[in-house]
Amino acid sequence: MNENIKEKISNYISNNEVCLFMKGTPEVPQCGFSLAVSNVLKHLEVKFTGVNVLEDLEIREGIKKYSDWPTIPQLYIKKEFIGGCDIIKEMFEKGELQTKLEEKNVSYKK
Amino acid sequence: MSLKIDEIKKMIQEAIPDAEINIQDTAGDENHYSATIKSKIFSGKSKIEQHKLVYKALKGKMGNELHALALNTLEL
Repeated sequence: MNENIKEKISNYISNNEVCLFMKGTPEVPQCGFSLAVSNVLKHLEVKFTGVNVLEDLEIREGIKKYSDWPTIPQLYIKKEFIGGCDIIKEMFEKGELQTKLEEKNVSYKK
Repeated sequence: MSLKIDEIKKMIQEAIPDAEINIQDTAGDENHYSATIKSKIFSGKSKIEQHKLVYKALKGKMGNELHALALNTLEL
């Protein structure tokens, strides 16, 4: 992967505690899976940054290599890749996402 | 281009021979699927690792020809 793109992605992840690579924006998600993860975070009142991959083809392809994960959305919390839509939904339902946020000292609505 | 249920099943089965696979076409458009996969190889692995094994079985088709495949992986 091009070093510039890698650095760009790495900067997003480092500079945003909770970073969601998604299709569309948190206000207007453009894909059902991005919408679902965005809604989970909103429900938990987690402050997060959405990176719209539809606006940047290099990031769209780059993030898949970066995390070795073929789909979008992708959620990072404090630089750790947490998962895609299925994993986030499942973690939320089991309360594991809340535990993760707790462990990482990220504030959310209890 | 899209993949049919049988093709997806075959690819997963080849890579994970003991897998019990159940796939549904959730939108009826041969483009949005949901799969439940049970296998012994998932035991002791994180969800990320489990899903990666399935994506690997699909040999780069996930996110390309295969637009949407919701995954539920379970340990046998």
